[in-house]
Amino acid sequence: MSGAVRLQVSGLGKRFGGVVAVKNMNFELRAGEITGLIGPNGSGKSTVMSLIMGLVRPNSGAVKLDGVDIAGWPAHRIARAGVSIVFQHSRPLQRQTVLENVKLALLPDSLLQLATEATAAQRARAIAERVGLGGVLQRHPWTLPFADLRRMELAKAVARDPKVVLIDEPFAGLTTTEIRVFSDLIRTLRDEGRAVLLVDHSVKSVAALADRVIAMYLGEHIAEGSADEVMQNETVRRVYIGGAIEAVERKGVAAEAAATLLDVDAVEVFYGKANALDRVALRVQQDEFVSIVGLNGAGKTTLFNAISGLVPYRGAIRFAGRDLKSLTAAAIARAGVVHCPETRELFGYMSVRENLDLGGGHLSKAERERQLAWVFDLFPILEQRQTQAARTLSGGEQQMLTLGRALMMQPKLLILDEPTLGLAPVILGQLSKAIERLRQERSLTLLLAEQNVTFALPHSDRVYVLDHGRITWHGDPVRFAQEMSTGYL
Amino acid sequence: MALLRSRIVWIGAAVVLIAALLPFWLSAYLLGILTAAYYFGVFAMAWDLLFGFAGEVNFGPTFLIGLGAYTAAILNSTFGLPIPLCVIAAAFAAVAGGILLAVPALRLRGPYFGLVTLVAVLLLQNFVVIFASVTGGEIGMTVPDVLSIDASVNYWYALAFLVVCAVLLYGLSRSAVGLILQASGQDAVGAAALGFNVTKHKVAAFCVSALFSGTAGAMLIFYMGTASVDTVVDVAIAVQIIIAAVLGGRRTILGAALGAVFLIVANEFLRPLGQLNTFVVAAIALGVILFFPDGLLGYALHRGERE
Repeated sequence: MSGAVRLQVSGLGKRFGGVVAVKNMNFELRAGEITGLIGPNGSGKSTVMSLIMGLVRPNSGAVKLDGVDIAGWPAHRIARAGVSIVFQHSRPLQRQTVLENVKLALLPDSLLQLATEATAAQRARAIAERVGLGGVLQRHPWTLPFADLRRMELAKAVARDPKVVLIDEPFAGLTTTEIRVFSDLIRTLRDEGRAVLLVDHSVKSVAALADRVIAMYLGEHIAEGSADEVMQNETVRRVYIGGAIEAVERKGVAAEAAATLLDVDAVEVFYGKANALDRVALRVQQDEFVSIVGLNGAGKTTLFNAISGLVPYRGAIRFAGRDLKSLTAAAIARAGVVHCPETRELFGYMSVRENLDLGGGHLSKAERERQLAWVFDLFPILEQRQTQAARTLSGGEQQMLTLGRALMMQPKLLILDEPTLGLAPVILGQLSKAIERLRQERSLTLLLAEQNVTFALPHSDRVYVLDHGRITWHGDPVRFAQEMSTGYL
Repeated sequence: MALLRSRIVWIGAAVVLIAALLPFWLSAYLLGILTAAYYFGVFAMAWDLLFGFAGEVNFGPTFLIGLGAYTAAILNSTFGLPIPLCVIAAAFAAVAGGILLAVPALRLRGPYFGLVTLVAVLLLQNFVVIFASVTGGEIGMTVPDVLSIDASVNYWYALAFLVVCAVLLYGLSRSAVGLILQASGQDAVGAAALGFNVTKHKVAAFCVSALFSGTAGAMLIFYMGTASVDTVVDVAIAVQIIIAAVLGGRRTILGAALGAVFLIVANEFLRPLGQLNTFVVAAIALGVILFFPDGLLGYALHRGERE
């Protein structure tokens, strides 16, 4: 069924500051074949997609489209050459109708064409009808449900008959029925002889569709084959689940005895029309370490952003008995809820020391010195790199600095969002030790989000499983190891 | 959309007809104010093409206007060229200056583009003052030729010029190129991924904006009979143009012209308030920007549209 090689990627590499995002990637996409590119969050798969499309310039390597090296071309030339992309988040023209939005994709890149050709309107209509937008051609994008917006993005991407179609997170935010419809649409693209690349975080979601799956981790190619082969692959399993699951039974905190520090009560968050959190409820007791596990896209980051006051929500979140809804993000942080976001949000052009000093900005001088000494003791590498600009640190060092800066704020509740994101196993070991020391040396409550279960379990008193915005399981780590270790991937 | 568009065409035709008949009612003084306001309207529309469509904030519309105005003034007073030639030359000068400014400035992202355009105004202002022997310096220069000495004729020139510019700019904004420009302004990555050379389209928009600004600048000095830094180059004028366009409605083109006329006429009617008049106008502008960020026309046309 699969035909000639359409796109050949060889030796592709990309660095951002001190972080290596993609390292020596080699693979090919064939005509009439659906390829899945999977990898956990931070593995570099999205960067690979951006490199192919020309949205980011590679540092090394070649991307050959039908034998022509397009690496380093500007995006509009690559698009003209026959590569198109379906973005996960669309930003349509809000004042134009659906039909006009699709028509846009058909226009030539010319300054002199003032009127659209009559055939363009017809072709736009035909394409829109093919993806199932026939009934809403004259509506404006802001009146459409989420799935129709995705259809519109798909229509725009295939409008100019591309040879290669890149689709980012094809099924994010869609219902089961919608996923079926979209799968059929994507199969049509294959049957028309296009090379399709699906970029997703889990094997499961692309397994039914992809003829071939490529797995990535830490910017590198780690496995390739059929969906089943990749799912059975030992390296892939280790990357996703983190190897064999070991639960450590903790003496823990007696659930009834301790005071509830954080109480999340039926919280709902909507992004436009997509329901990111669906009546999520959870509790964290004083001095307890709680993990929320779930694949990328499950809603972990959204939940944390809601707790930190960064996104509006329905329902109630109480911290030490106090309703957080009326507080600003800054006031919540000062109250002791300190959030380490997965994007780290370091001040890149400031030095390591300045980042840490900002974290301890509200402390007295003596107290700040003491806290700083403790952070340096926890992460000795930060002491060596005090004067270096944060953006030039490696990924692991940046994560340590993020954690260090948060600890400078003397948190009562520390929220860690995917600290293992894109980090090598040796760094994970160091982080793991540091978290263990936190538990022993300080009175601290921890809320940890992870897709790497092996990293999360040893640090957890209790585990919540978040899936598609819902809490689907809740219990202690030993039971998790027994009940959930299969069927999680 | 077709219905909305035809509604705009009809309303526009009615407004133009009434405006064309005003000289039979109004005093020469009021006509003079409206005449200046119409040229100002073209400045604001040309600016909205950049801000509303290309998504670039040009803090220096008066750089383009001033280039056109001074080119025309110098050619007319020093070389004695006739008015039409001066206006055409002014348009070319403004476009050339616009390209010279836009090509390097568009390589910069976000606020830096705006800063470069702002610095360009200050450079031009200094240039005019330093080369006073050619430009008249701070006092300004008088042009020997004027469009007309009759207030009504001057008014009709300005109105016709405004209408022609409005039709061209509005038509451009609704054309295929206008659609690509809007896409480039709102989501440059998305537009590039659809195969559009975003920089090319933005530079082209800058040229069109410069063309109209320069022409209008030249027309304005041939109406007033003088060119001076205070009337065509000063940053304060640039700020007024920006306020007019935002007040009238971003991404509407026609709203910018309405905003400009409103601003100048309001300034005039509030003149009895003395010093307070600028304050009141500024306060109204602030209120509109805070509560109707889409501007007056934008609010009227797109009520109910929320992101």
